[in-house]
Amino acid sequence: MATVELRNLRKTYLHEEIIKGVSLAIAEREFVVFVGPSGCGKSTLLRMIAGLEDISAGDLLIDGQRVNDTEPARRGLAMVFQSYALYPHMNVYRNMEFSLRLAGMPEAERRQRIGDVARILQLEPYLDHRPGQLSGGQRQRVAIGRAIVRNPRVFLFDEPLSNLDAALRGQMRVELASLHRRLGATTIYVTHDQVEAMTMADRIVVLNKGVVEQIGTPLELYHRPGNLFVARFMGSPPMNLLPATISAPAPEGSVQVRTGTFSVSIPTQQAGLEAGAPATLGVRPEHIRIDPQGAVHGMVEVSERLGAITLLHVRLPDGQMIVVQTGGDNIDCADTPISMTFEEEHCHLFDAGGMALARSTEHPLLAGA
Amino acid sequence: MARTSTRLRHATITLLAWSIALWMFFPILWMFLTGFKSEPDAISTPPHFFFNPTLSSYQDVFARENYWHFAANSVVISLMATVVALLVSIPAAYAMAFLPGPRTRMTLLWMLSTRMLPSVGVLVPIYLLARATGLLDSRTGLVVIYMLTNLPITVWMLYTFFREVPVPILEAGRMDGATRWQEVTQVLLPLALPGIASTGLLSLILCWNETFWSLNLTSSVAAPLTTFIASFSSPEGLFFAKLSAASTLAVAPIMVFGWASQKQLVRGLTFGAVK
Amino acid sequence: MDKVAGHPPVMASPAGSAARSRGLQGFVLQSPAIMLLLAWSVVPLLMTLWYSVRNYNLVDPTQQGFAGISNYWYLLTDPDFMTSLENTAILVGGVLAISVGLGTLLAVLYNEEFAGRGIARILVISPFFIMPTVAALLWKNLMLHPIYGVYSAMMRAVGLTPVDWLSRYPLATLVMIVAWEWLPFAVLILLTAIQSLDTEQKEAARMDGAGMVAQFINITLPHLSRAITVVIMIETIFLLTIFAEISVTTAGGPGVASTNLAFLIYSRALLQFDVGGASAGGVVAIVVANIVAAFLLRAVARNLET
Ligand SMILES: Nc1ncnc2c1ncn2[C@@H]1O[C@H](COP(=O)(O)OP(=O)(O)OP(=O)(O)O)[C@@H](O)[C@H]1O
Ligand SMILES: [Mg+2]
Repeated sequence: MATVELRNLRKTYLHEEIIKGVSLAIAEREFVVFVGPSGCGKSTLLRMIAGLEDISAGDLLIDGQRVNDTEPARRGLAMVFQSYALYPHMNVYRNMEFSLRLAGMPEAERRQRIGDVARILQLEPYLDHRPGQLSGGQRQRVAIGRAIVRNPRVFLFDEPLSNLDAALRGQMRVELASLHRRLGATTIYVTHDQVEAMTMADRIVVLNKGVVEQIGTPLELYHRPGNLFVARFMGSPPMNLLPATISAPAPEGSVQVRTGTFSVSIPTQQAGLEAGAPATLGVRPEHIRIDPQGAVHGMVEVSERLGAITLLHVRLPDGQMIVVQTGGDNIDCADTPISMTFEEEHCHLFDAGGMALARSTEHPLLAGA
Repeated sequence: MARTSTRLRHATITLLAWSIALWMFFPILWMFLTGFKSEPDAISTPPHFFFNPTLSSYQDVFARENYWHFAANSVVISLMATVVALLVSIPAAYAMAFLPGPRTRMTLLWMLSTRMLPSVGVLVPIYLLARATGLLDSRTGLVVIYMLTNLPITVWMLYTFFREVPVPILEAGRMDGATRWQEVTQVLLPLALPGIASTGLLSLILCWNETFWSLNLTSSVAAPLTTFIASFSSPEGLFFAKLSAASTLAVAPIMVFGWASQKQLVRGLTFGAVK
Repeated sequence: MDKVAGHPPVMASPAGSAARSRGLQGFVLQSPAIMLLLAWSVVPLLMTLWYSVRNYNLVDPTQQGFAGISNYWYLLTDPDFMTSLENTAILVGGVLAISVGLGTLLAVLYNEEFAGRGIARILVISPFFIMPTVAALLWKNLMLHPIYGVYSAMMRAVGLTPVDWLSRYPLATLVMIVAWEWLPFAVLILLTAIQSLDTEQKEAARMDGAGMVAQFINITLPHLSRAITVVIMIETIFLLTIFAEISVTTAGGPGVASTNLAFLIYSRALLQFDVGGASAGGVVAIVVANIVAAFLLRAVARNLET
């Protein structure tokens, strides 16, 4: 298995810089997920690692070797494409055999290997089918099989599940995770689905316009977003963000913040906060409690009952909308006035530049991190 | 009410469509029939639809000209020109579709523009060049010229077909360790085979029917069927039956071929304008 | 660890240089085609240019030497030249109008369901496979011959006097013959284009209350625009250089009534053996073709966008 290191990678198309200096060290067996909005450069970065795009500047190292100028097939990588990119004129067996044949592997060994892989992926009944005769999930499996027969040092996935329906996607997610555990290959996985990112990743890299916004474990990104972009991007429904002003740097490492209609006191260790400075208050829907004595008041506009939980869309008196997550047995319905409390230790505060302010309390799951 | 109007519409469409189809095809049918008439039958007024079929015109045609010589020339020249054109244009179209540079589009348009140059404008130099190089009245000469005149069209057609091939499939080939040659021969060409076939078909038809260069650059040795039929045109034009028999012989191979491959041909003719 | 993971990794054989320059490869692959076409378009063009400023007559070797622009002067002041330009424009324009206009309507018609549609379609497109000489001979003799032609017989049958179409209306008749050859091509392409039209789009238009005509104008025609561009371009390429049909039917006559630029140059070169004059005509034809090409290619370039 292999390590992958990106050193200040850059990509320029004509005059436009698409990847603006990405640095990242991926450990052996690590499962790294690139997420980010559409067009942020995830695929481009992955294709640069694969060798399908030239690297304009910076170094790419696999196992410590600089491979910028190495051909794709000689980098020891395998890639699974979003469209699967199976060879439509070859049957499943031939699809998986192609790279082995090109590498000059003897027939018996090829047969053996493909047999092993087909067994793992439950593709044995379909070996002489053409891709056109397979279902989406089966094609997906063939694409993965084609990658793993080569036993690559690094797996690259570009949105491999986005063409599948929700149920199949969930199933394949689990299969991929368990496959990763069995094979233990270093994996780089591109997705825009944050559930995939959260559930599969050892580490997530959040990209925005060709720049890394934050790198961290899923829970780090969720509970300790470094900036407004990550805060908005991670979590569904997303974090509530309210414009606010610092009203008074209170003593004992906390700060008083006011929004249009209420004030909260948030623990922080950030020094040098000035009264009157603009800021953004962030709080996740599950960190707002319904509390008749609460200081925050609003009117329920829509109540979405998802079964286990209920999402209340609440309009605050100044017109801002927030989402509150409550239990599935919540009975508030539209046009009911409610009062709430923000759990202050879970609130996030971002300065005018969108950067998170240093926290003084830590999420229990991250305490050891 | 609605039923009758639908039925009326249907009847109108059927009638109209068939009348136009028959009108378009009638000259060809008439040519075919006339080829089996005796000369007096062929010029009878009013013309006869029913007559005693005879093969005498065909016998006369075969007696007068060596049909098989011309036909063989047509087949060999069209096939050779098409094969060479494909061999030259496949790499070019591949490069344009998959390794595009800033000048690719200009190159493609320039190629098309060379096709628009009127042959007659360069007839004199080409004639003199052919004479100087001994390619006058030679199969090779026509093959070269047909290949060159068709090249812009074959490059362009192949380019539009190649662009429909999903790039990730070729990239997967590259990731699997295919060299450029293997990528083209083992991945791209099998995928684009229908497109290549229709490109070849069109090229064959255009070569078969090319008249300007074949009339001006060949006389006997390399003369294809276009020249064969031209020899029936002027003084003996009034021998309708013989003329029809000869014409039928000249067009029948390519027409039967065209009918058989119609579906394949159509795909190519749209030049990527239809998805 | 798993069995599969135990296999040694597969890498490509170490052939090939590391950094492959895409630009260079692209150039190398294109170069045969480019070189050939370059030679094909430049060498004869230069020769034509050279001859066009020379005195050069194949049957009169005494005429020699530099002619300056006299060949051009002679050509451009020749009233036949203007006539031939006009005739070229009429031929191209007329055939394009018929094949695109009628072709669109026929494409719509043959897209409808009716008995024997497949056979009818094949009959309609058949003329496309006919070589120009045969088409011309067929129409000249079997169809339009003033005495023995089928059309003349039909006119007589309804009490009209047959007309010698090719000498009375040479250009119009030529347009008709050439249109018969090229209409199938237009139908073929436009029909394919119509078949690719989304039926949901049409149904949506029906729901919006569009009638047959409104549907045709608002949905079908815009959908066909790209295909129509292709038809116009390909046909123009061939129509600009119509030669065999003229040579077989009218030989450019009567007078020069049906002489187009291509045939004019041809008759100068091969009938009057005036290589200098023919070359000047060739240069003019190339200039004309380039002007037309510039317009057409702009339309095609738009087609290449997507
Ligand atoms: N060949 C190219 N030439 C010019 N620009 C390109 C090219 N390929 C990609 N880009 C640009 O690079 C940017 C990043 O593209 P990329 O495909 O990497 O985005 P992505 O993050 O994968 O988006 P998505 O989630 O939609 O797949 C986009 O703005 C795109 O327009
Ligand atoms: Mg992408």
